Amino acid sequence: MVNSYIPETYKQALELLADNNLTILAGGTDLMVKTRKWSGLAPGFKGDMLFVSQLKELDFIRREDGKIYIGATTTLEKLLHDKNTPELLKMAITQMASPGIRHTATLAGNIGNASPAGDSLPVLYILNAKIVLESIETERILSIEDFILGPGSKDMKNQEMIREIIIDDVEFDFVMYEKAGGRKSDAISKVSFAGAFTFSFGMVHDMRIAFGAVGPTIIRIKEYESRFKETQIRDLVQMSDNIKGLYNPGIQPINDQRSTAEYRKTCALNILGKFLSEAETSIKKGDKH
Amino acid sequence: MAEIKFKLNNTDVHTEKDLTMRLLDVLRDDFGLIGVKEGCGEGECGACSVLVNGEVVSSCVMPLGNASGKNIITIEGFKKTERYQILHQAYEDEGAVQCGYCTPGMILASESLLNKNPHPTEEEIRDGLSGNLCRCTGYNMIVSAVQKAAERGEGLW
Repeated sequence: MVNSYIPETYKQALELLADNNLTILAGGTDLMVKTRKWSGLAPGFKGDMLFVSQLKELDFIRREDGKIYIGATTTLEKLLHDKNTPELLKMAITQMASPGIRHTATLAGNIGNASPAGDSLPVLYILNAKIVLESIETERILSIEDFILGPGSKDMKNQEMIREIIIDDVEFDFVMYEKAGGRKSDAISKVSFAGAFTFSFGMVHDMRIAFGAVGPTIIRIKEYESRFKETQIRDLVQMSDNIKGLYNPGIQPINDQRSTAEYRKTCALNILGKFLSEAETSIKKGDKH
Repeated sequence: MAEIKFKLNNTDVHTEKDLTMRLLDVLRDDFGLIGVKEGCGEGECGACSVLVNGEVVSSCVMPLGNASGKNIITIEGFKKTERYQILHQAYEDEGAVQCGYCTPGMILASESLLNKNPHPTEEEIRDGLSGNLCRCTGYNMIVSAVQKAAERGEGLW
C-alpha cells in the first residue's frame, strides 16, 4: 500500500514535496484510469501520493491587469460557470468529458497530463498560457510551449507543483473551437482546434491558430500567424488552400485506435478552412465589426 | 495509517482504507451501498455516479482520499428525500426505467442538474446527463422524465 498525504495548506504541500518523491493527484480522473486494476483492488500507483484537490488557496479564477489567473485546484465545471473564464476556454470545456468528471477534474491536471489530445491545450496555447511552478525554494514561470515537452512529458521537477496558470485576457472578435471525436461527450479527441481573430473593418490585426492531437505536442506556429496581419479576411478566404498548404507539413498525426493519420490531417485542414470562412461570414452578418 | 472522515448519506463515517482506492469500491464493499454500480470503470458510463457536495461525480475515478471532509450521497441516501420521490414517479410515468442498471446514476445526475438549473431546456438536460449511458431507453424517456420532474417539483429545486 502506498502512503497518501492530504495536506491542509499549500505550504504543507510544498514541504511534503521537498522531502518526498510524490505523485501529485488533483481530481484523479485521468490518473485513476491509467493505473486501474481489477475491481476492489487499489490502483497501481508506483510511489507515494500527494492529494491536492482540497487546497482551497489554489481554488480561484480572477482577472487582473489584462491577465486571468486560474488556480491549480479549480475544477473545469467551476471554470465553465465563472464570468471570468474566456469564451474560447468555455467552448473547449463544454466538450470535455461529462459533468461527472468535470466536477472534480482540473485545468492544471489537463496540462500536467501533457497529452497531445488534452482538449484545453489548443486554447491555452492561443491564450499564451504561462504555467507557474513552485517548490519550497523556487518559483518558475514557463510558457506552455516550454512546459509541455512531448506526450506525457513536461519540464517539472520532483519538488515542484503547478500553483496557477496565467492566460491573456483578450477580447477577440471571432473565436472557434472544434473537436472531432467518436461521440459528443466523454470522447478523446481525434483532432482538436482553437482559433481566434481580432479585426476591424475586415482587416486582421491578430490571428491565432492551434491544432491538437495531430502531433506530439499542440501545434501553434506564430510565424505563420504574423504573416497574415493587416490582410483582409476575404483575401484570407481566397487564399484558404494556400494557408492549408502552409500548415500541411507541420501537421503530422499518427495512426492509432481512435483514428488514422490521413483522417486526422484531412480533418484538421478542413477545420482550418472552416475557421477562415466562418470568420468572414461573421463579418458579413455584422456580428462583429 | 491515515484515517479520513466524511459524511456518507448524512452520517459521519471514517475509514483507514488505502486512500488511493476507488470510492466506488469502498462504498460497495465496506459500506454495503450496492446502488452504486460499476459499469465501464473509467468514468465514461455514469453507473457509479454519486453526489459529492451536491454535484454528480463518477466514483470509479474518484480516489477515496478526495472524499475527505466531503458530503457523499448515494442513491440509498437520496431515496429518503422529497426530490427523489418526484424523480422516481416521473421516471416511472415516462417509462424511463428498463433494465435499471443506469437508473441510480441517472437519478443522481438528474438531481445534480436540477439543483443547479431547476428549469433546464431539453438541450441542457441532455448535456447534464451526458456522462450517463443507457443501453435500453434511447434516452428520450429519461429526458421527458426530467422535464416532468422539473414541472412537478416546482419550488423544490
